[in-house]
Amino acid sequence: MASPFLGDLINLLAALLLLIAFAMLAQRRVLSLINLFAWQGLILAASTAVMAYSSHQHHLYYSALLTVLLKVLFLPWLLHRLIRQLNVKWDVETLINIPTTMLTGLGLVVFAFNLATPISQLATTVAKSTLGIALASVLLSFLMMITRRKAIPQVIGFLAMENGLFLAATSATYGMPMVVELGIALDVLVGAVILGIFFFQIREAFDSLDLKHMEQLREK
Amino acid sequence: MLGVVGAIAGKSTSWIQRLVFPSSALTSLLLLVISLLALSQPVDTLVLPLGLPGLPFHLRLDDLSAFFLLLLGAASLGVSLYSAGYFRAMENATRRLFCLEYHLFLASMALVMLADDAYLFLVAWESMALSSYFLVTTDHKIPDIRRAGFIYLLIAHLGALALLLCFGILQGGHGDYAFAALRNAHLSSFWATTAFLLALFGFGAKAGLLPLHVWLPEAHPAAPSPVSALMSGVMLKTAIYGLLRITFDLLRGQQPWEWGALALGLGLLTALFGVAYAAVQSDMKRLLAYSSIENIGILLVGIGLTLLFHTYRLNLLAALSLAATLYHSLNHAFFKSLLFLGVGSVLHATGERNLGKLGGLIHRMPWVAWTVLIGTLAIAGLPPLNGFISEWLLLQAFLFSPRLPHPYLVMMMPVASAALVLAVALAAYVMVKFYGIVFLGQPRETKLAQARDAGIWERLGLGWLAAGCLFLGLAPALVIPILDYVTRFLVGDALGSMATHNWLFLTPVLPERASYSPLFFLGVIASVVALTFFAVRRMYHGRLRYSDPWDCGYPETIQPRMQDTAEGFSQPILRIFEPFFHIEREQPDASTPRPRYREKIEDRLWRLLYRPLIRFTDRLSGGITRLQHGRIHLYLLYSFLTLLALLIFVR
Repeated sequence: MASPFLGDLINLLAALLLLIAFAMLAQRRVLSLINLFAWQGLILAASTAVMAYSSHQHHLYYSALLTVLLKVLFLPWLLHRLIRQLNVKWDVETLINIPTTMLTGLGLVVFAFNLATPISQLATTVAKSTLGIALASVLLSFLMMITRRKAIPQVIGFLAMENGLFLAATSATYGMPMVVELGIALDVLVGAVILGIFFFQIREAFDSLDLKHMEQLREK
Repeated sequence: MLGVVGAIAGKSTSWIQRLVFPSSALTSLLLLVISLLALSQPVDTLVLPLGLPGLPFHLRLDDLSAFFLLLLGAASLGVSLYSAGYFRAMENATRRLFCLEYHLFLASMALVMLADDAYLFLVAWESMALSSYFLVTTDHKIPDIRRAGFIYLLIAHLGALALLLCFGILQGGHGDYAFAALRNAHLSSFWATTAFLLALFGFGAKAGLLPLHVWLPEAHPAAPSPVSALMSGVMLKTAIYGLLRITFDLLRGQQPWEWGALALGLGLLTALFGVAYAAVQSDMKRLLAYSSIENIGILLVGIGLTLLFHTYRLNLLAALSLAATLYHSLNHAFFKSLLFLGVGSVLHATGERNLGKLGGLIHRMPWVAWTVLIGTLAIAGLPPLNGFISEWLLLQAFLFSPRLPHPYLVMMMPVASAALVLAVALAAYVMVKFYGIVFLGQPRETKLAQARDAGIWERLGLGWLAAGCLFLGLAPALVIPILDYVTRFLVGDALGSMATHNWLFLTPVLPERASYSPLFFLGVIASVVALTFFAVRRMYHGRLRYSDPWDCGYPETIQPRMQDTAEGFSQPILRIFEPFFHIEREQPDASTPRPRYREKIEDRLWRLLYRPLIRFTDRLSGGITRLQHGRIHLYLLYSFLTLLALLIFVR
């Protein structure tokens, strides 16, 4: 039913997604990081739409639309606004230097593909080979959350992780049920809003968004 | 049955004490009657549509449950009557809470005895532990009481954990936790032994077996007296019930002799330990708490002996020792509740728990003094009362132990029975000390003159328990048939008509060996007393001369301070068993200007076992705290690594 061209297209888009994940891992500037995140959302939406077209799953169109609205337009806008209000345009500070992070990321990708191969042979969808990519981008985003020192990149990492998860869902099983998808979308939205509020609170309390100040909160 | 339980729990919402406690006493009476009737009935089972979905509560009323419900009903009847009068001075809010917890406690104990699946059993067991914890900490504003409650809760939870594991083993991989399924699960002997050890640990924690007894002497002085009475009189018996249920019912037919020997040895150690510490206490409730430990030891000795006989298929003898055990638990429920309530009355009237500040209360509180005298004589194991019968039956069982086909056991048995007799005799010593110092002699403090006797409700409660002691002591022929139902259910034999063919004489096994008639004994005592009285009157010409005793002709009046103190009374025991105790003494010599004498006796096991344990746990948790850096990145790293490890694991 699905033409090989569409399958290749999906694979291409997934590869782009992975590339962006690496780019985010390497990116030093917050503003570019947000833009990259928006691009990643766009690619995700595109791949979902292609998937919907190739497999005639109509509800996937809706989730593609939702992705565009939420992850390409709204969340980046929100993050931009936050940065303007907080007036923090500094460079991203990392805990580990970027080449090391990239190398670790490379290892993770190999691991993810290794892990996904037996599973993707079970999957029946056109885009089964993207499962490894999806898993890799989840792990890369996680890695990004670990290595960033400030709060905003961490939140972006969290959102990007959700992108990877979404890709995994669409590629392996033609997407989750619509209700679950809507729920997750809402969760991400609410999470982003709450975290936005937290940024203000954290800065209020510590005069900085550096997370190392949170160490003071532990039990002595 | 459920109605009864529901009624006990339902009453608790109303708070007018005059209504609540008497009605809960009525409910207890109802429980008593029902369980008495249930003994002769076939087994009743009931499935309640409560609990988690797919896990309904199973209830079952068989002879063993009925016997222990009988015990619960009988003891709680007295305690509830007593409580109706006891808590007058309490604040309203506290009292209302107390009411709720008290009835929750009773209801959960009843549920423990009725439960027919491990799930309900543990739920009831835990709610029993929690409600009794809150009862213990009724006066939670005092730090010592909070500490006592914490120790209690900690050990109760350790025990519950062991029970959880024990039931997990018992189900043998079927996933069905109904007792009926547990009975049919065939375990290998290794797992059966593990289950038995866990049960011994779990129930031992509740009952106060040797290394796990530390909560008892802390919790009892902290709790209000009726609560101590219930905890000691009934709650400890739930542990005995559970142990009997698991060893004889659920693990039916696979009891190696080592279990019996272990239980016997532990029981003896506990009994001796308990009584030795009871002898040196100077706090009334602490003394009674240690005496509870001793009695639990005796019960465990009985269980161990039953196990031994049962292993070698000497079922009649197993029935004998089991009957002795059950009889003793019933007795203990009566006399220990009675003593705790009596102590409660003394505490209420004088505000003193320290033996050294009491004395001569028999003149001020005759009701309490006479009922407590009955309890004291009973616990000391003196003949016409109930304590004697159970101990005598147990010793009779010991005398049959040469029939065991195991030479080493037979060699050890005389030592064991001698140790038991030692414990029992020391218990009598402890009770002489307790009664003599509190009630006899002269008041040691002036404020004791204001002590008032107990009110009407207290008298009713004390009277019921004392009457129970008398009845159990004088009419064993009526009690043995009740026990026979249980022994037939558990070990497949009963003392039967042999024991009771003659209502006057109690003959455990063979008439040639031994028989005992309490009524006859009472008659002899009464006639000897009457004869002496008569002879004194007649032959001594009826001349009576009143004078102070022990003044040796010294004309000055005797002062209260000249009396033997509690510490003085226990010195011989303290000297004999000195290695048992950890003693801190402060004995300045005669030339010190302001001498201060102090003696503090501590539990050896605190030092040997608990302190190192506490230190170890402290260090361990210190190490774990080091994981908590407070750095989000590290937390994320932890979860990342866990995720990776799990992913590798599931591949």
